[in-house]
Amino acid sequence: MSKVGIAAYGTTPFTIDEQKIESVLLKSTKNLFENNSKINKKDIDAVLVSTNNNSKYLSPILSEMAGIQPKIAHSIESLCNSGTNSIVSAYSYIASGLAEMILISGAERHDSPGQILQWDNSRGEFKHPIFWASIFTKSYKREFSISDERLAVVSVKNHKQAKENPNAYSNNTYTVQDVMNSKKLTDDLKLLDCSRPCTGSASIILATEELTKNITDNPVWITGIGQKTTSASFTKNKSFTSMESTKIAAQSALKMSNHTTNDIDVAEIHDAFSVCEPMALESLGFSDYGGGLDLVDELYETNNFKINPRGGLIGSGHPLGATGISQTIEITQQLQSNANNRQVDDANIGLIHNMSAAATSSTVLVLEK
Amino acid sequence: MNFESELSKGKFMIPECDVCKKIVWPPTEFCDNCFGPVSLKNGEFEGKIIEFSKQNNDYFCVIEFESIIKIMAKMSEIPEVGQMVKISKCGISNEGYFFYVN
Ligand SMILES: [Zn+2]
Repeated sequence: MSKVGIAAYGTTPFTIDEQKIESVLLKSTKNLFENNSKINKKDIDAVLVSTNNNSKYLSPILSEMAGIQPKIAHSIESLCNSGTNSIVSAYSYIASGLAEMILISGAERHDSPGQILQWDNSRGEFKHPIFWASIFTKSYKREFSISDERLAVVSVKNHKQAKENPNAYSNNTYTVQDVMNSKKLTDDLKLLDCSRPCTGSASIILATEELTKNITDNPVWITGIGQKTTSASFTKNKSFTSMESTKIAAQSALKMSNHTTNDIDVAEIHDAFSVCEPMALESLGFSDYGGGLDLVDELYETNNFKINPRGGLIGSGHPLGATGISQTIEITQQLQSNANNRQVDDANIGLIHNMSAAATSSTVLVLEK
Repeated sequence: MNFESELSKGKFMIPECDVCKKIVWPPTEFCDNCFGPVSLKNGEFEGKIIEFSKQNNDYFCVIEFESIIKIMAKMSEIPEVGQMVKISKCGISNEGYFFYVN
C-alpha cells in the first residue's frame, strides 16, 4: 500500500463574518495554491468538500472556481467530524489507487445547520449542544468532585494558546475569574466554556508518496487512522464521563501506526466545551480516568503547548466542516517545525481527535514526519 | 397507531419488537435487532433520573426507562439522581418531542 502524505495546506481566518460558503471555500483553496507553487492542477484527480452547509454540488462548484477538472468530486457530511471523515475518505481513494492527488476543502458559516441534530428526539426540547455539554459537565464534576473553577482552566489555557494563532477567532486572554463571570448558559456551563460556531475554511492536499515528495521537502505522513460510531443519539452514550467512541478510535489509530499514546508529542483534541478536553485526554490515554485536569493544569503552568497548540475549538472557533482539517494542518505544521510561537519542541509524532454529536462518533489520526 | 401519533396526543408508549421482544429506542418502524414489526406497550412507566442540570428556572434531566430508553425531560422541582419519576406531560411541538416529569 502506498504511503499517503500531506503535501500542502491553506486556510482562512476564522471569523463570524457573513460570507457565501462558496466564497469561503475558494479562499482557503486559493491560500493553499499561493503557499505551494509546485502543485499542478492537472494532477488533482479528486476534490472533496467537507461541510454541513445546505448548499448543493459544492465540490464540482469549487473545482470549477479553482480551474480543476477532477475524476472524483463530492461532499462529505458527518456533523463536527466531517473534516477528518473527508481526510479518511481521501486516504482511502489514494491507498486503493483510485486517485493520486486529492484536494480536500472544509468550510462552514457561523449559522451552520450542523449545530443541531434535529433527528435526535430523545433529547426532547434540549437539542442544542449546550444541553449535552451541561449533562457531561455535571456528571464529570460529580464523578470526580471537580469545581467549575478547575474546569475553567481549559478555556484559559486554550484562549492563551489561540493568541499565538493568527487565524483564530479569539485574540483575547482570560482568567479563571473571567470564565466564571462570563454569561451563564446553564447552571453547569458558561459562555467561555464553549467553542463558537464560526465562518472559516481549511484546505489540504493528500497525495501518494511520490507526488508528495515532488511537492514538498517537508512531508508529513498519515500513519494511523481509527474511527468509531457508537450511536447517533446523545442519550445512548453508556457513560457521560468518558468517550467510548474516542477510546475505540484511538486504539485503532495507535495500533495501525505502531505507537502508544506515550509516543505522541503534540495533539489537537476536540474541546467543543471545556469538559471535553479532560474527557478526551482520558479516553485517548494521555491520562488516567479522572486525571485529565491534572494534565491540563500542568501544561498550563509550564506553558507547554502539547495539547491544542492552535487553541483548540474553544480558542480557534469551530467552523464545523473545517475544524478537522484545521486540526490536521496544525499538527502538520508542528511536525514541520513551522508553528512559530506555538511550536512544541521535538515534535515527531502527532495526533488529531475530532468527534461529533456528544462523542457518538470519533475519528483519530496519527501523523508522522 | 405509531409512537409519534400517540405522543402527539400526549401519550407516551414503549415500542417493543413483536418478534424478539426487544425495546426499540429511539422509536422506528422496525426492530433494530431483527427488523421485526414494532408494537407499542401501554402503561404508567416509571423512570429513573440519571443526571440533570438547570437553565433559568427549569431543570432538564436525563431519565431512564426499562433500563434502556433514555430521554431528556423538563422538571420544575429540584431533581435528585436516582429519583423515580413519571411522565406528566408529553407531545410533539415544532416537529420535536417534549417531555415533562415529576
Ligand atoms: Zn426484534
